Amino acid sequence: MNIGNPRAIAVRITFLLLPIAISLAIGAALVIAVGRDPLEVVDALWKGAFKDTRKLGGVVNFWIPLTLVSIGLVVTFRAGLWNIGVEGQMMMGALFASWGAQYIPLGESLAPLLHLILIALAALGGMFWGAVVGALKIRLGVNEIFGGVALNALVNVISIYLISGPWQPRIGGSAQGTEPFPTPALLPEFSARFPTNLFMIALVIAAFLIVMVMLNATRWGLNLKAVGANMRSALLLGVATERTSMSAFLVCGALAGIAGSYRVLFTFDNLRPLASGGIGFLGLLVVLLLSIRLLWVPLIAFAFAAILTGSTRLQIALKLDSSLAGVLQGLLVLFVILFHGVQEVFFPQTLEDDETAEDSVSSVSSVVKEKP
Amino acid sequence: MDIELRNIHKRFGAIHANNNINVRFSHGRIVGILGENGAGKSTLMKILSGFQPADQGDILIDDRRIDYKGPTAAIANGIGMLQQDPLDVGAFTVLENFIYGGAEGLTLKRARAEAQLSELTARFGFELDPHQPIDNLLIAQRQQLEIIRLLALGVETLILDEPTTGISAEQKDILFDALRRLARDEGMIVLLVSHKLEDVIDLCDEVVVLRAGLLVGAMDMPASDKNLTSALIAETKGQLVTMMFGEELEAQSRPHYEIGAPVFSADELIVHDLRLDMQPISLTAHAGEVIGLAGLGGSGQELFMRACARLQRVNSGALHFDGDNITNASYRQLFRRGCVFGAAGRLEEGLIAGLTLIEHTALVADDKLQIDWKSVAKRADSRIDHYRIKGAAVDQIEQLSGGNQQRMLIGLLPDDPKMLILEQPTRGLDVDSARWIWTQLLERCSRGAAIIFNSSDLEELVTYSDRIFVFYAGRVHEVPDVSQTSIDELGHLIGGEF
Repeated sequence: MNIGNPRAIAVRITFLLLPIAISLAIGAALVIAVGRDPLEVVDALWKGAFKDTRKLGGVVNFWIPLTLVSIGLVVTFRAGLWNIGVEGQMMMGALFASWGAQYIPLGESLAPLLHLILIALAALGGMFWGAVVGALKIRLGVNEIFGGVALNALVNVISIYLISGPWQPRIGGSAQGTEPFPTPALLPEFSARFPTNLFMIALVIAAFLIVMVMLNATRWGLNLKAVGANMRSALLLGVATERTSMSAFLVCGALAGIAGSYRVLFTFDNLRPLASGGIGFLGLLVVLLLSIRLLWVPLIAFAFAAILTGSTRLQIALKLDSSLAGVLQGLLVLFVILFHGVQEVFFPQTLEDDETAEDSVSSVSSVVKEKP
Repeated sequence: MDIELRNIHKRFGAIHANNNINVRFSHGRIVGILGENGAGKSTLMKILSGFQPADQGDILIDDRRIDYKGPTAAIANGIGMLQQDPLDVGAFTVLENFIYGGAEGLTLKRARAEAQLSELTARFGFELDPHQPIDNLLIAQRQQLEIIRLLALGVETLILDEPTTGISAEQKDILFDALRRLARDEGMIVLLVSHKLEDVIDLCDEVVVLRAGLLVGAMDMPASDKNLTSALIAETKGQLVTMMFGEELEAQSRPHYEIGAPVFSADELIVHDLRLDMQPISLTAHAGEVIGLAGLGGSGQELFMRACARLQRVNSGALHFDGDNITNASYRQLFRRGCVFGAAGRLEEGLIAGLTLIEHTALVADDKLQIDWKSVAKRADSRIDHYRIKGAAVDQIEQLSGGNQQRMLIGLLPDDPKMLILEQPTRGLDVDSARWIWTQLLERCSRGAAIIFNSSDLEELVTYSDRIFVFYAGRVHEVPDVSQTSIDELGHLIGGEF
């Protein structure tokens, strides 16, 4: 870190706090405009997220898939790829896990084994859908954004077909969802007072640590960075660029698939349309907000999870639409990115040497660096 | 107009790129700005043209202190700069590029602009079709367009950064005639940043010389009387080199190594290109041999080299490397077997902006999954030391000057390649750096590497090649014994006289 002169530190702190303050102020103004007390809103959000361990469990259950996809997206962004298809990769993971949950006949006694199999299946499903985006990009030159959007739509159609067709409940079949999965397939709650799954939490932490090490200490991480910064030069320096891009899609797909499995095997107990719930897209936001810095992903994902989980209380307690939380969140993202741009233009020196070799998304806001 | 720069300072980190520069440019004069790579001449010109601010110091126009920010403001003050790579928009036509940046008001007044464009092109003997897309133009034509555009914007001082790189001799003559007329007839100041001493002697009225950020000298050029004898040119050159480097460089020569077995061959190779009718090319490169490819930019040599490196599709014919048919191999397969391609654009193809020197070193170090950063750092430091790179291992590559980037690029080449295919390996480098890079390349030849390179510098081709292939509009002519040829003869061949 650049702990140079006091002025640089002052600028850094200012640019960290100012966007938060401004978005809060605008959010407060909005709340006042609809005739409410902003403090009431804050209170409701807080209670909605942290009133007791049950509420906290809800936050964690949102945090788990969000953090997993965000970690995966750090990998694809590092390789310079906009993996919009992450949402579909989550969904494909959910489909694979749902298949296993319904058709693999393992009883209660072998539940832990079944869970491992289902999670592995989900990872495979996500990798498969990621590989399709990658192959389209690498072999046929289809931009990963277009490919991803198309595949997101496709997997949704497939899931609705399955839910209303082969997998429809025996009684009262509709497009609402499949029958609840057999109990052995569902991931267990730690306790009724803290309803979340500890194994998944451990998995998230493991994924975080492994990806952190892989990105910073291995040739794979360096290759990703090189390919992301300049594919052409990387090729000429001997990097297997196509394999590197594909590996990024596979890793991100696997993590997204696991995230998808958590939605169907824990959150919902069955497969529903749009089971991924926009978490993949939210992950894009988390990662962009952090300029692809992995270190802060769990923390920011937690803040997002808390706000969104807490917002459900806005409606109950204050009769306010829960989308207010989304507005607050949007404001925050907008101002953080805006101020990042302002800082780059007016105080570029305060951004240099930021963290260990972690750099910002040059495509979001790039400045021409002066050189002698 | 007269321009005076007073006490200009500019620092980039630890590098003092401009150290208290004081200089005056008078109207009607063509002034050469000389200096080796990293001497600070580009920095000074960028300050003058508004592309970057000075840390300290004043710019005076006609003894009035001017404070401007940005190139647009500089142009409004009458100062325009022609970048080494013209800043135009590829998809636009000549006319559209001419208009943009200049139009006042909302409408584009095409007809008037077109009349102005053709009037200016005619006046300087340029050939520019207003409706051609920029992508179809030669570098020289894009320069011409940029000059005309700046003139139409009312520029009275024109700065040119290495304008003769990548253009033909005739195009250079046209350019120089235009510049002389601008100075003589219209009283403009022309500032020429160049490494090419012949060009500077040919064109300039006076030169100023920078070394390591300091203004170390100025002298008048004998050019004005037009009676340049070769003895006078040589003498002036010697004086300039002494000022630039502090010592006179001796004539270049190279050791020749024993030519070994064939390493690489192209048999009846045909590469298609929209703009070029390429004839079949056959060429064999042997271990220890240096093959130079000559020709004006876009004559087919670049395509041929890229096809050899498997970066360009081969339409027919065959390529062999190290005993195997590689016609359908990928570049990476070639790379792993010791055939390396070095592209001309450093930061576009070759180096990666945003990565440090250490990271670059690690990329080419080995294939092991785990990176031993300590040993890589040591290796990077030894490269920096050995290749005399001005920069630190933790610097990002784009922080280095162009010449130092080129040194790093050469430093990243494997120690024992079988084959090097190099596009303009010394483009934009000063004499000393270029010679030093060749020492490194020839060392690899002595250990059995074959080199194919191209260059627009005839002296470089004649000095370092064992054989030369001259490209002209897709046709190829071989000069089998370079010791029997001269720069003059080569010049004729490049013009298509074969």
